[in-house]
Amino acid sequence: MFKGIYNWVDERLDITPIWRDVADHEVPEHVNPAHHFSAFVYCFGGLTFFITVIQILSGMFLTMYYVPDIINAYGSVEYLQTKVAFGQIVRGMHHWGASLVIVMMFLHTLRVFFTGSYKAPREMNWVVGMLIFFVMIGLGLTGYLLPWDNKAYFATRVTLQIADSIPVVGPYLKELMQGGQIVGAETLTRFFAVHVFFLPAVLLLLLVGHFIMIRRQGISGPL
Amino acid sequence: MAHGDKSNEKVVFVGDSRVRKGKGFIVPPDYTAYPGKSEAFIPNFLLKEWMVGVVVLVGFLALTIAEPAPLGYPANPNANIIPMPDWYFLFLYQFLKLPYASGQYVAFGILGVPGVAFLSLLLAPFLDKGKERRFYRRPVASSLMILSLISLFYLTNVSWTHYQNELKATGQVPEHIQREEEAREKRAKGLPTSSAIQQKEIAIVDKEDTAMETFKKAGCVACHAADLKGAAGPSLRGVGDKHNKDEIMKIIKEGYEGKMPPQYDNMIAQGITDKEIDHLADWLSKQKAAK
Repeated sequence: MFKGIYNWVDERLDITPIWRDVADHEVPEHVNPAHHFSAFVYCFGGLTFFITVIQILSGMFLTMYYVPDIINAYGSVEYLQTKVAFGQIVRGMHHWGASLVIVMMFLHTLRVFFTGSYKAPREMNWVVGMLIFFVMIGLGLTGYLLPWDNKAYFATRVTLQIADSIPVVGPYLKELMQGGQIVGAETLTRFFAVHVFFLPAVLLLLLVGHFIMIRRQGISGPL
Repeated sequence: MAHGDKSNEKVVFVGDSRVRKGKGFIVPPDYTAYPGKSEAFIPNFLLKEWMVGVVVLVGFLALTIAEPAPLGYPANPNANIIPMPDWYFLFLYQFLKLPYASGQYVAFGILGVPGVAFLSLLLAPFLDKGKERRFYRRPVASSLMILSLISLFYLTNVSWTHYQNELKATGQVPEHIQREEEAREKRAKGLPTSSAIQQKEIAIVDKEDTAMETFKKAGCVACHAADLKGAAGPSLRGVGDKHNKDEIMKIIKEGYEGKMPPQYDNMIAQGITDKEIDHLADWLSKQKAAK
């Protein structure tokens, strides 16, 4: 019966080539850790994506409890951390995953750099990858404020001070991020919106571009 | 297909569109060109990648269970803590403290070094254009990257050591550790462990009491408001938790820390008796937050 449904959809949408392109392409031996243990360095990109998926899922569950306003933000995080079943685990995964994703991405970048994989024809994919890196850093920066504890508050104040000292655009950038004269209610809602809607949207677009380019250009050959 | 796939046509179009088909695409290498055992992505290769993923996942979950995510005390602009960004910003944070990257040189500190570094990282493939891929045959690119990595680790380490020393010098303990210890102590005593600021409203005790009339007649409402929530003066709801009857009596007679003038003579002039004032003080001392 499933085959019947599949065939019916396939006749109308021609979906077979799409998934066959993803599933059936050949992966060469030199990136396969089963054949060469040292090829585990080629896994960092996949692991970055794996942790990113964990971040998205755990983040979705966190927003079920998190309240982005200055009176309730801390209380909601504390409630999540101490009272909600598995809340500590989910928040822990999101917290440590944020660090882990930076580590994995850093290692992936170094692998690509030292194997010279960014060379023609893969220049654009490197640029998109670096943009992903910056978006991830932005996610880390905005997510750090959300628990609204002292560490978050003071780190954000320092960050905005640094943004303020950029010549010419600095003060405007600071006011845009801060949403007013002080780090307060507006800053929290802005950081929340950027962390939960703006940056993940940009991230997903960039990831799609990254993956399409990998399929188009193939994995770089052995050294 | 409007134009067909015949290759002998002069102009070939993409699908049934009006877009002319070019032929500039750099075709990726066919992996059959490489010696060895290539295999299908799904399921063969993904299974192997998943095995690496599982090892990472187990380590990750062990960390998550062993070390709960830190949480300090609620944000308070007057708190005395050493501001620290997340660990992956430490190198930048420390760099911007260097003498030639701060103060009057701050523009250089922000745009000069990190700006150039990040821009050249972004545009690396356009700067390192040679065909050679092996890092030891690309001495300029590789040594610049290794130098950056060394300074990255160095600056991060300096920043972290500095933070640890500062903590020791000021005798501070990071707040997430403080909070955890406090919560543990409270739990042992059976108290609620929350550090969140409680927003519970304190109710007026004995609202119908005659003291309320005295309170209004004496003009206390001008500063403390008719609902006792305070206006120019502080809220008097729950004032009994702070002061007993004698202290309140003293405040009425002598004022409070220069912020409130003595009210006693004024009240007598309003025709309020000593007995009523005594009852008012008694009533105020009973204003305690419900337990």
